[in-house]
Amino acid sequence: MPMLTVNGISRSFGEKRVLDNVSFDVRPGRMTGFLGANGSGKTTTMRIILGVLAAQGGSVTWQGAPVTQPVRQRFGYMPEERGLYPKMKVAEQIAWLGELHGMTRARAKEETARLLAQLELSERAGDRLEELSLGNQQRAQVAAALVHEPDVLILDEPFSGLDPIAVDTVLGVLRARAAAGVPVLFSSHQLAVVERLCDDLVIISGGVIAAAGDRDELRAKHGPPRFELVVDSDAGWLRDHPGIRVVDVDGPRAVFDLDGRGDQEVLREALRRGDVRSFTPVVPSLDTIFKEIAR
Amino acid sequence: MTSFMSATKLVAEREVRSFLRTKGFWIGLAVIVVGLFALSVLPTVFGGGDPKVATVGSAAEAVQDGAELEVRSAPDVAAAKELVRTEEVEAALVPDTTGESVTGIRVLALNDPPTDVVAALSTSPPVDLLDPSDVGQGQRQLVIMVFALVFLMFGMGGAAIAQSTVTEKQTRIVEILVSTVPVRALLAGKIAGHALLTLGQVLVLAAAAPIALRLGGHQDLLVIVGPALGWFVPFLVLGFVLLASMWGVAGSLVSRQEDLGSSMGVVVMLVMAPYFLVMFMSDNATVMTVLSYVPFSAAIAMPVRMFAGDAAVWEALVSMGVLAGTVVLVVLLSSRLYSGSLLRTGGKVALSAAWSRGD
Repeated sequence: MPMLTVNGISRSFGEKRVLDNVSFDVRPGRMTGFLGANGSGKTTTMRIILGVLAAQGGSVTWQGAPVTQPVRQRFGYMPEERGLYPKMKVAEQIAWLGELHGMTRARAKEETARLLAQLELSERAGDRLEELSLGNQQRAQVAAALVHEPDVLILDEPFSGLDPIAVDTVLGVLRARAAAGVPVLFSSHQLAVVERLCDDLVIISGGVIAAAGDRDELRAKHGPPRFELVVDSDAGWLRDHPGIRVVDVDGPRAVFDLDGRGDQEVLREALRRGDVRSFTPVVPSLDTIFKEIAR
Repeated sequence: MTSFMSATKLVAEREVRSFLRTKGFWIGLAVIVVGLFALSVLPTVFGGGDPKVATVGSAAEAVQDGAELEVRSAPDVAAAKELVRTEEVEAALVPDTTGESVTGIRVLALNDPPTDVVAALSTSPPVDLLDPSDVGQGQRQLVIMVFALVFLMFGMGGAAIAQSTVTEKQTRIVEILVSTVPVRALLAGKIAGHALLTLGQVLVLAAAAPIALRLGGHQDLLVIVGPALGWFVPFLVLGFVLLASMWGVAGSLVSRQEDLGSSMGVVVMLVMAPYFLVMFMSDNATVMTVLSYVPFSAAIAMPVRMFAGDAAVWEALVSMGVLAGTVVLVVLLSSRLYSGSLLRTGGKVALSAAWSRGD
């Protein structure tokens, strides 16, 4: 299976340990969100995957084999600190990067034109990069990471600095790549963005992987069992019910956490007291998971 | 997969293309070409013409027909002296009254003996030299000046490598480049690209020089410089690679254009020192011999010695061998320092840190 695997990599800068035995998979055909606070080790991990930085122990493998220079040439990378040649024309430098990744000149030009069209940047193809707005420079940077039709995509904060429309444009392009079977790893410190975009989730905290796996499974696993109950009369009685921690009561509506498994028992009690309008499990947001894990 | 060679070629291509697009490149080239024309044409326009002399009485007979002198006669010796003092004429020819002069005339001049006038007066007797030097002093000076200038141009041209390296570091595109191709290919491509650019400029000059010299009436100089070029070109190419790899390191040590000055000093010195040493010490045979073996100055000093007939072919070959060996060594050292410092940002990278490769 074309999978990118990070096996127990560690890294220190001087005395400071920034990565400690970091392991996770980036599965094909899925968008993997890499979530962590600023300084938690996301960028360092990505730079190690790309060979820009050396790991001190551990390895990165692609389809089971260690990642070497020729393999890495098939990766697409968007570094944290953006940069292309400011004086070079947009299309020219993206095509040049394509060639540098091993494409023929004709193919590189063709793919550049196609990508710029997808990213709605065709009109600026002949302009120098420095003449573009920051948002458009960001789109050009995405094109630079994608031009050689990479086998793996590693994107450091790809959505930061983009307006909501541009986020959708870029997301569309990335999703298409993922759908074609390319593993996509993208980092973010914006929970809402990751929540909306990722299939899998890797959460890093203080250089240690706190959780990794399917997003929905993680939600189910890490959120406390929380329910919302709406009844006809006042729901205040829940406060005195055993095995319940009430989060919020507002007249007939209550949100509470269950200590154990007794959701059906609570429902029966509610029905005994009157009509029940709704009884729903509340899926925790990533924010909740993140806070719980990073705590 | 992109091979080392094709990566190098792509990097070199980009360097050449983006430099051809800068205004500074064309302005610099234009200034040099205009300067070349000015140097060879202007002296003919302003300084031209035959020397002017005043003659008194029978002394006029000493000026033969066809002598390259502009003659005007003066009524007496006092008037002739006055013309010399006011610098209306370069010299005055007066009859000799002391009997010392074989020809019966004396030449009066203001500060220096007017050799051009004296030479024009008589037909020179044939001269036999027992140990003739291959080239005249003036020609030697000219060749030294031209070689030193071209060396200076090449050497300083390498600064563009430092600049382009810093640009890549400053914009962080270096991360994409490094994750795509070997760092050595980046350095090799830059050196090759800029060597081509500089070579191109020298070719433009080489094409412009005959035109300029012909306009200035100096076509004979061309014949003299020609053979010396055979040695100069290979020496210069090796010398350029030597400096270019060091320019690359100078660029990789800093992260911002503004800090470039602090790391370029040593390289600038390695370009300027040979230039000045050869320009000013060219009469000292011992110094020139030493300079022709020191790799950093060999590129000028050895071709000059070969041109002047001061060095044997084996000497040139030995010097070239030393230079080539140094190039290999310096390029290897440089590429390690370059790799070690390219991804370090922040302040200036210490050479020891670049060498140790902590990252």
